[in-house]
Amino acid sequence: MSSSTSPLARGIRDGLPFLVALTPFGLLFGVAAAEAGLGLGKALAFSVAVIAGASQFTALSMMRDGAPVLIVLATALAVNLRMAMYSASLAPHLGGLPLWQRALAAYCLVDATYAASIAVYEREPGWTLRDKLAYFAGVCLPVCPTWFLLTVMGAMLGRSVPDWMALDFAVPICFLAMVAPGLRTLAHLLAALTSVALALLLAWMPYSSGLLVAALAAMAVGAETDRRMAG
Amino acid sequence: MSGLPFWTVIVGLGIGTFLIRFSFLGLLGQRPLPPWVLRHLRYTAVAVLPGLVAPLALWPTATGGQTDPARLLAALATVAAGIWTRSVLGAMAAGAVVLYAVLGLGAL
Repeated sequence: MSSSTSPLARGIRDGLPFLVALTPFGLLFGVAAAEAGLGLGKALAFSVAVIAGASQFTALSMMRDGAPVLIVLATALAVNLRMAMYSASLAPHLGGLPLWQRALAAYCLVDATYAASIAVYEREPGWTLRDKLAYFAGVCLPVCPTWFLLTVMGAMLGRSVPDWMALDFAVPICFLAMVAPGLRTLAHLLAALTSVALALLLAWMPYSSGLLVAALAAMAVGAETDRRMAG
Repeated sequence: MSGLPFWTVIVGLGIGTFLIRFSFLGLLGQRPLPPWVLRHLRYTAVAVLPGLVAPLALWPTATGGQTDPARLLAALATVAAGIWTRSVLGAMAAGAVVLYAVLGLGAL
């Protein structure tokens, strides 16, 4: 951590390791989009408009199940609600920027850019607004364009992936891998168990709407456990 | 999957997701969130993703809804490795190894 490194360069360097996890995930989205019958253009439009892998997979799989638009939107947006927390937590650091820069930062606010930035902002209390923006932009540079590129590459691979690779199960593995390391507290564990139990019990509900009910209940269980443990 | 419903989902999800990200950075400025809201937001990912995966692990579409030992064991291995190693990549690797190992054994 030499202080001679500029915040932009540090951001780029800190963003690079995220590509290891992003690569299989992004390729898979492209492949899944192609298998769902989306062309290259639609797959790319999806990633550019939304730029949030988990919700893109959710929306894609629900659309394949024939769920109505409103249920697809509600569930996929629920997956992204955690980003409101990211936004709130970065507001004290980036809230002083001009509106267009805040809008651009919001567009690029993904798990990777948030996790890297908040960690460094807390370690570098002396940084100016300009330093903080430069670092954030630095993390975005390798991460965000790569997401688009991987979508296109995956969509081009598309249906040429053989069945024995069981790619249908790569996405569930990715989702579980994203969540499992965070199952360290009772509140997280109970929320996850509630989500699994209710999603299975309510699987009979039409158009995956059981998942939405399960998610809302699990969120409440997590928050309530958290409150009781803290209080 | 095409036409109006598809574009409605893309545009709606794009705008909705942007507004979620822009919420506090853009509109609410530096006012802190009430603690009960933060408490709920903290559990969104863990509330949605396991429920999304559970039916896929128990009743995979690829096997016509028949419970498949390879997929179920791979899911359990992913969760166990994730909790144990606290690493996303470690969990992914464990899940992939178990998936292909059991699929491979079944093909023998």
